[in-house]
Amino acid sequence: MNKESLLRSIQDLRNKAVEELKKDEEQARYFTALERLDEIEIQLEAGDAILEFDVQGNAIGNASQQIEEAKKEISEGGNDNMSDMKIHSTDMLDELEKGPWPSFVTALKRLRDSGKSYTPMVNDILGQLEHSYQERLGFWKGGTVSVFGYGGGIIPRFSEVADVYPAAKEFHTLRIMPPAGMHYTTDLLRSMSDIWEEHGSGLIAFHGQSGDIMFQGCTTEQTQPAFDKLNALGFDLGGAGPALRTSMSCVGHARCEMSCYDEAKAMRMIINEYLDEMHRPALPYKFKFKFSGCGNDCVNAIHRSDFAVIGTWRDDIKINQEEVTAYIKEAGRKYFIDSVVTRCPSNAISLNDNDTVEIDNRSCVRCMHCLNVMPKALSPGDDKGASILMGGKRSLKIGDLMGTMIKPFIKLDSDEDYDELVEFAGECIDFFADNALEHERVGETIDRVGLPDFLEALSIDPNPNMIAHPRTSSYVDTSDFDEEAAKYFVKKGEAEAAE
Amino acid sequence: MNDRPPPPKLPDEHGVPDPMPYMHPIMKANYGKWDWHDRPRPGVLHHVAKSGDEIWTVKAGTTRQMDSFQIHQLCDLADEFCDGFLRFTARSSLEFLCADQSKVDPLIAKLGEAGYPVGGTGNSIAMVSHTQGWLHCDIPGTDASGVTKSLMDIFHKDFISEEMPNRVKVTTSCCQINCGGQGDIAINVQYTKPPRINHDLVSKVCERPSVVARCPVAAIRPAMVNGKPSLEVDEKKCICCGACFAPCPPMQINGKEETRIAVWVGGKHSNARSKPTFHKLVVANLPNNPPRWPEVEAVVRTILSIYKADARDWERVGEWIDRIGWPAFFEKTGFAFTKHHIDTWVGARNSMNHSAHIRF
Repeated sequence: MNKESLLRSIQDLRNKAVEELKKDEEQARYFTALERLDEIEIQLEAGDAILEFDVQGNAIGNASQQIEEAKKEISEGGNDNMSDMKIHSTDMLDELEKGPWPSFVTALKRLRDSGKSYTPMVNDILGQLEHSYQERLGFWKGGTVSVFGYGGGIIPRFSEVADVYPAAKEFHTLRIMPPAGMHYTTDLLRSMSDIWEEHGSGLIAFHGQSGDIMFQGCTTEQTQPAFDKLNALGFDLGGAGPALRTSMSCVGHARCEMSCYDEAKAMRMIINEYLDEMHRPALPYKFKFKFSGCGNDCVNAIHRSDFAVIGTWRDDIKINQEEVTAYIKEAGRKYFIDSVVTRCPSNAISLNDNDTVEIDNRSCVRCMHCLNVMPKALSPGDDKGASILMGGKRSLKIGDLMGTMIKPFIKLDSDEDYDELVEFAGECIDFFADNALEHERVGETIDRVGLPDFLEALSIDPNPNMIAHPRTSSYVDTSDFDEEAAKYFVKKGEAEAAE
Repeated sequence: MNDRPPPPKLPDEHGVPDPMPYMHPIMKANYGKWDWHDRPRPGVLHHVAKSGDEIWTVKAGTTRQMDSFQIHQLCDLADEFCDGFLRFTARSSLEFLCADQSKVDPLIAKLGEAGYPVGGTGNSIAMVSHTQGWLHCDIPGTDASGVTKSLMDIFHKDFISEEMPNRVKVTTSCCQINCGGQGDIAINVQYTKPPRINHDLVSKVCERPSVVARCPVAAIRPAMVNGKPSLEVDEKKCICCGACFAPCPPMQINGKEETRIAVWVGGKHSNARSKPTFHKLVVANLPNNPPRWPEVEAVVRTILSIYKADARDWERVGEWIDRIGWPAFFEKTGFAFTKHHIDTWVGARNSMNHSAHIRF
């Protein structure tokens, strides 16, 4: 197909649309089609449109594809969903279609204008959202919607303004757990999208802050069939409410040289072992795990999870001195001193006269900075595993908490190592279930009972890596200090003998 | 009873799916055996495995809330250039995975034509991590998607380039629970008034003892109002946190004028160099002004332009302020320092200056 024939079909379609609009001005799909045609004509005239075809003769270029879309809107009559629908005005939202960043409003409008079964729902969603923009208030309330066999995982939303936006009366979300590390094939994404076009609004958020795929916009009636299809595809509901929550792991082993353990394996073993706590909420409040392969903490585990697994190593940083020298030659010695040597938080790296480096590995805190600057020259050691920090959370209700170091190092290599991690995670969930007050996160529980009592409950030995500095307050009963010290020396002796 | 519907099918509780069937073959073959990486240009990562295998990642910004058209459009591109494999980052960016370097430039060109910015790597402003807002949340004070779209429009050129002193992570949240998390810059709802109570509904909708227990400052107590069991708030004690609104929607915390926006700086999740930190208050009481929140945009622009000009290489926003000090930060940015910047919460004393170290 050449430019001329495309322009001719645009003109034909435009005539048809105008004819239809003469009959009834309220038919929004023809306006959409006209807009689309105008846009594609401008692109064609400017030479910006792509006019390519693959070997099977399928149009790859957007010009012919868009003309096909317009043709559907005009002639296929599949748009009964729109024929008597009044399009809500979206004056404020329209402003968010401007600018270089892709617009979620445009995405919603494409769904509204698709003529598919969800068209009226998305029209009313846009109407309600515009109403929120005008009134600066939200208009959703919660409720109870679930699917067979589960106590959570669906986020019910009922509109408080359903009399004005009846098709958006029910707009529930299905939280679905993605493959660990958020890897997708196009087949999988298309299947998910097709299921959601059939049973929901066609709108999917990749991903929520906890790590779920959020299938947004489902009626109560369609919730079960939508879930059944996603379930048949191999996917399961995530967490909501007072329960084990959906987890997240970084890209890690799949594509990162800093990765110190198999994040996806650890995450799947823990979550899948305690899945019952996710699907039948019975904990005092939410409990989140997150898995980062190194101290860069790309999934924000220390602050955003109750149980953060952060990759680390015990032996020395591996140095390729030739690459160090090459880096310094490229970046300059001053830059190296200012950006690597003096930025080391424990002054553990120093520059030799011959442009190689020396690292004091006993002082190194595994912060990752020098490895980030020179990934070709420096790598994590071989004796790898993870640190576990517990108690991270946001404001509600005693203020923000960062996770506290609970296990400075656990080896993660053999299957037994991973089994031990799963077991420890289970002990922590049990402690939380038994000891937390209602609506209390584990960080708050630890704060309330004190870290020493928490450690004792979980039979964890105190370790100076857990603290920034020893206590400064003298108000403590130290009468059993000698017994505690004796325990310390026994454990220390055992550890030394084991090495 | 023949018209009874068939019992629903028992679910298969799959749990977290195995990523291997969906992982790019090169990533699968070199799982746990990567050697190093570099960034040939902004928006592109090049990873080399110990086996010598290589993979190029092209990172594109998205709307997070994606419609079926977009999903199919992006899948078509991944089929054409990436053998059908892609992944998402924790901040909703899409990573296209190319086995062949020659696919990178044509893919970037096609993404550009389709309106998807390529960037977000290295010292760029990454995608704003955001929450749900008016589209779906039941307690939102604002619309995080709209704030994010507005901000990403102004950050666009710093998303597609790597010209900041270090990476910049921005977050937004629609209530004070702050689902958006810590950020170099955080744009969060700040409530300014105690809840407005609909006493007719409280006894019908709310479990009163648990609402009383939810208050962090013990400002809520049971009361009879107009002969009905309800709740009352000691407004002198109330810190306007909104904690009671979620379990008791008749305690409306939001208001058209009263819900305001605050901007915070210096949050950091990574352990690189300094320990992870919380963000700190810079400006409060900005109007919640859709659809573009111009007052918020102006504050964020000011902070970022001064950070960009003044910070040294590798300093995150919080680390830059640690070096220059808060007096210089407020002076350079021109924002007011008020009594509201001084913390009054648990552990507040830890945020005071207990020394003779001062800066002029």
